[in-house]
Amino acid sequence: MGVSNSKSATAGDAARARAAEYLLSRHRFRWAEALPWLVAIAAFFVFPERMTFGSQVLIAVMFALSLDLILGYAGIVTLGHAAFFGIGAYTVGLAAARLGWSEPITGLFAAAILAGLAGLISGWFLLRYRGLTLLMLTLATAIMLQETGNLRSDISGGYDGLPGLSFDPLLGRFDYDLYGHTYFIYALVVLGIIFYFVRRIVYSPFGQALTGIRENVRRMHAIGSPVHRRLVTVYTIAAAIAGVAGALFTQTNAYVTLTVFDFDNSAKVMVMLILGGTGRLYGAFVGATVYMVMEDYFSKLSPTFWQFGIGLLLVLVVLFARRGVLGLIESAGASLAKRKKP
Amino acid sequence: MPHVANIAVSVLFDGLAYAMFLFITSVGLSVTMGLMGFVNLAHGAFAMCGGFFVVSLTRTLGVGFVPSLIIASVAVGAISVPFERYLYRRLYKSTDLEQVLLTIGLAFMSIATFTYFYGPIPKSVPLPGWLQGDVNLGFRAFPSYRAFLIVVGAALIAVLWYAFERTNIGAKIRAAVDNRRMAESVGINVDRLFTLTFALGSGLAALGGGLAIQLFGLTPSFAVLYLVLFLIVVAVGGLGSLKGTLLAALVLGVFDTAGKYLLADAGGFFIYAVTVVVLLIKPAGFYGRE
Repeated sequence: MGVSNSKSATAGDAARARAAEYLLSRHRFRWAEALPWLVAIAAFFVFPERMTFGSQVLIAVMFALSLDLILGYAGIVTLGHAAFFGIGAYTVGLAAARLGWSEPITGLFAAAILAGLAGLISGWFLLRYRGLTLLMLTLATAIMLQETGNLRSDISGGYDGLPGLSFDPLLGRFDYDLYGHTYFIYALVVLGIIFYFVRRIVYSPFGQALTGIRENVRRMHAIGSPVHRRLVTVYTIAAAIAGVAGALFTQTNAYVTLTVFDFDNSAKVMVMLILGGTGRLYGAFVGATVYMVMEDYFSKLSPTFWQFGIGLLLVLVVLFARRGVLGLIESAGASLAKRKKP
Repeated sequence: MPHVANIAVSVLFDGLAYAMFLFITSVGLSVTMGLMGFVNLAHGAFAMCGGFFVVSLTRTLGVGFVPSLIIASVAVGAISVPFERYLYRRLYKSTDLEQVLLTIGLAFMSIATFTYFYGPIPKSVPLPGWLQGDVNLGFRAFPSYRAFLIVVGAALIAVLWYAFERTNIGAKIRAAVDNRRMAESVGINVDRLFTLTFALGSGLAALGGGLAIQLFGLTPSFAVLYLVLFLIVVAVGGLGSLKGTLLAALVLGVFDTAGKYLLADAGGFFIYAVTVVVLLIKPAGFYGRE
């Protein structure tokens, strides 16, 4: 009796150790993960005159990364993620234009806090709902923020935007330059910090719980996981990150208009993420970069053509490549490996 | 008539006309979403398509306004069938997200296509004489076009109500909305039923699109611009409920019109505030099942 007990205890320990090993191994840095950062640094030296565009790409990556946390990992489908981007953008914009607070880095913190707060409050109310109801509620939240801004256009500047924003030099020393070099490096560093943070989250037990909620809410409820609290937590974090992306957007462009709250903005970030692949961190990098470069190229040729192209791309992704570009690469790699084996 | 009452009558009348437009355009979306749980963000594209058909028929081919409306609805209803058969059908069992992406992709493609052929400038339609000017109802005059909209809406409500509640096909649709599996197991061909309601819904959307030209002007971006309104009507009314869609259209139509009359600056705020309040209290909408 005693023997079999200790035997099962060691079996249990072994299983637990395997689980811990699995969780730990996910944390480990893989060499391929350096690739996007090397590409970003290489881009800095290869296209020095396109760095203003480069920082827009980095901001899009950050925004898509925040959506990946809630859509890709927790499975929350929202049509109003632009709300938090907009709150961040207007936090630094209004602070600089109306309060004379134009220090950029503290501005980012303020944006993160306010956007996070908005995420906490709206998430606490909205994340009880699912499906169409949730889609409509998130969409309505973003539009109501936009309408509020429009209502007080004496403060927000309305659709004409906030005029003549200027920000202090970074760390009191690196000023804005014509080619956007300073802001590219700034955006890259901020993205790096945020990425490290997001990576920690998704590979932690908390991240595992989120994936569990995405895969089977009922079972998570059944095993006693505090589903609502976890969803609200991740929604708040994602909102804060989207807020930082929005703040960087205002700082790099030195202007902001109410169009940041547009439905188009929410839809665009979702398209980027889907294009790259959801629930895999680097999907945001690939998707946002591919989308921004294509948009930059094709919309110059013809905006109508670009709109048709993006529509077609969405249809094709849903029909043939549901796991995005990275998913396609993975499948191609897998089928190659299969062919090599025999 | 005293000033306040005059405004109240105007708000009610315009709100009613607006509600009829919302109802006609959204009812098909509600029924198809209730039947299949399919989130169709391309519904506005069918409405926009109908609107442009009406523009072409009246302007280029010289067909009358009312016959054009009927031809456009039938044509769009027919066009929607292959979309349902070959694209939508593949995604009935997919997640909300995939349905959202596919249909918004279709909406973008349709906007680009119509921009290519018709350009981005708002289009109008020539109206027959009896739809221009005012109609006098004894105590005061109302714009004829809005009165026409209310009459058309009321007639459609009567027809749809009869079809839904009193015919065999209507009974089958209600059964399938309530419990799809049960309906299938008693021998109802839900797939075919769905194709039929999808075509009907798209046709009605096209009719709504045609009727909307005079109210808002028609540009290709109509497909996305007003889509949010249709979705709100559906969500607030409750999926698959005729009664709910009508009630939601009335409430939102009147509230929106009142908001725009009384507080012009607040613009679209009211309709969204009402939506949020209703959905927070009744997540499945007025007549949806929780």
